[in-house]
Amino acid sequence: MIEVRNLTKWYGTTLAVDSISFRISAGSVVGFLGPNGAGKTTTLRMLTCFLPATGGTARVDGLDVFSQSVAVRKRVGYMPENVPLYPEMRVREYLNFRAALRGIGRRERRSAIDRAGERCWLNRPEDVMSRRIDQLSRGYRQRVGLADCLLHDPPVLVLDEPTIGLDPGQVREMRNLIRDLGENRTVILSSHILAEVEQVCSELIVISGGRIVATGNPAELRRRVTGPSSLIVELKGAEPEEMAKALAGIDGVLETVPAQAGNWTRLTVKAKENADLRSEVAALAAAKGYQLRELRREVGSLEDFFVQITYRQTLREEAAS
Amino acid sequence: MTGGKAIAMRKVLTLARRELSAYFFSPMAYVIATLFLGFVGLIFLLGMKIPFLRIELDPVFRSGAESTLRPLFEVLAYGLVVVVPLLTMRLVAEEFRSGTIETLMTAPVTDAEVIAGKFLGTLVLYLALLATTLVYFLLVVIFGQPDYGVAVMGYLGMVLLGAAYISVGLFASTLTGHQLVAGLVGIAILSVSTAGIYLLALLVPPEHAPAVARFNLISYFGDFAKGIFDVRGAVFFVTVTAFFLFISTKVLESRRWR
Repeated sequence: MIEVRNLTKWYGTTLAVDSISFRISAGSVVGFLGPNGAGKTTTLRMLTCFLPATGGTARVDGLDVFSQSVAVRKRVGYMPENVPLYPEMRVREYLNFRAALRGIGRRERRSAIDRAGERCWLNRPEDVMSRRIDQLSRGYRQRVGLADCLLHDPPVLVLDEPTIGLDPGQVREMRNLIRDLGENRTVILSSHILAEVEQVCSELIVISGGRIVATGNPAELRRRVTGPSSLIVELKGAEPEEMAKALAGIDGVLETVPAQAGNWTRLTVKAKENADLRSEVAALAAAKGYQLRELRREVGSLEDFFVQITYRQTLREEAAS
Repeated sequence: MTGGKAIAMRKVLTLARRELSAYFFSPMAYVIATLFLGFVGLIFLLGMKIPFLRIELDPVFRSGAESTLRPLFEVLAYGLVVVVPLLTMRLVAEEFRSGTIETLMTAPVTDAEVIAGKFLGTLVLYLALLATTLVYFLLVVIFGQPDYGVAVMGYLGMVLLGAAYISVGLFASTLTGHQLVAGLVGIAILSVSTAGIYLLALLVPPEHAPAVARFNLISYFGDFAKGIFDVRGAVFFVTVTAFFLFISTKVLESRRWR
C-alpha cells in the first residue's frame, strides 16, 4: 500500500530525513515512533504530498506522491499534529467545506458528514455538529480532525500524534477509534509515546535522527531488548548487607543493591543477560531461612528498548561530528 | 478535460465561499467596511482638502457640479491603497500561522485553485463594498442628470483597479506568516506605485513630470473615470492582476518546498 524508497529531506543544510525505506502492506496499523525532532512529521508530510522530498520516492497505492499528487491526496486522510482547524466555522460547516474540497457531490455530502460524525462520536455524548470550532474542547477538536479525514472514506489514514494533548480518558477513546478504523484501512500514526503505539499498532517503525533504527512488531522488538535482566526480591530475616552478600554469591549475579521497604529489605539483583535466577534465589532464601514475600523478574520494556536505540543513535551522531 | 475544468471551478468556488464567510466572521472586515463607508460619505458630502499634497477636492454633492461620481472614485482609488491590503493580509498568512495550510494543501486542490479561490472571495467582498457607493449614485440620479455611460465606465474602472490591488495584497500575504507584515508589505507596494509616484512627479523638474506620472498605477484609471473605455488601461490592469496571481501561486508552492 505504501512504499518508500530512499526518501530524503534536507531543510537548507539540515538533514531531516536521511534516506529511509520501508513498506507498509494494506490493512496494517503501523506506528511511527521516535523522539521529538526525529523526522516523523517530515516523513508524514512527504507521504501526504505536503512537502516534496529532496530525494527518493514514495508511493501510495502505486501512485507517486510527487507526480500524481492530487490522486494520492484523494486516497489519503491526513490529520496533522495539533489538528489545525478554522476556528470561526461551525463543525458541520467545516466538514461540508472539506467534503466539497474533496469533490464529494452535494447530495452525497450530507450522508458522508453524518457517517464521519457518527464514527467519531461528534453527536454523543453531546451533539457538537452545530457548535463553533473555537468553543470545542481539545478532545472534540481532535475528533473533528479525524472526522475530516474520514469524509471521503480513504483507504489510507495518516495521523500525526493523534493523542497528543488529550486526557487519559480521551486517549483511550482515540486509541479504540484508531483500532476500529484500522480494521479495513491502512493506518500510519506517529507518536513519541511508546505505550500508546504498542497497544494499537501491529508493526512499529522506530526512527531517530532521520534514520530508521528498528522495525518489527512490538513482541519482536521487545525480544531484542538487551542488557542485564534484573530480579526484584523482598526478604526478611537478616541484616540487609548480609542478605545482599548471600545473594551476590549465586552464580551469575553481577550486583545486588539492598534498600529498606518497611521492615522488609528490597533487593535489586542484576544478573547476566537473559539469565533467570528466580529458582536459585528462592532456594537460597529457603536454605538460609529468610522470609520471601516478593520475587519478580524485570524484563526490559519496549520503553527501555526505545530509549536504548534512540540514545545510541544520538551518541553515534555525536561521535561522528 | 471539460469535466476536470468543471471540478476545478467548483473547488475554486468552494474556497471562495469559505473565504467570504470568514470575512464576515472576523471583526476586521466590519471595521474596514465602516472606515470605507465613512470615508466615502465624507468625501461625498464635504470634499477633501490636503494643502501639503495640493489635493483640493470639492464635495461631490453640491449644486452646479457635474453630476458624476468621478471625484469620489479618484480619491477612493488612493484610499483603497490602504483598505485592500488590510482585507487581503490574512488570506494566506493566517493559513500559515494557524497551520491550516497543511490540511488545505493535503486536500486534493492545487496551489492555483487555492489562490484563485482566495482572490475570488475577496473580489466578491470588494464588489459588495463598492456596491454601497451606489447609494450616492442614486442621490446623483435623483438630484441631477448624470451620464450613465460615465458611471458604468467609472465602476468598471474601479472593479479592474480593485482586482489589481487585491492580487497585489494577496501576493503580499503569501510572503509571510504574519498578517501585519503582509498588510504593511501590501500597502508599501501599492503606495509606492501610486501615491509615491504621484509625489515624485511633484518633485521632479516640471518637464519630466508627465513621464514620471505615467508609472502611476492610478493613471490608467483616469480615462475610465472620465467615461472612456481605455483598452490599454484594461489590458494593463488585467495583466497586473494575472501576474500577481501567478507569482502568488509560485510563492505558495515554493514556501512548501522549503
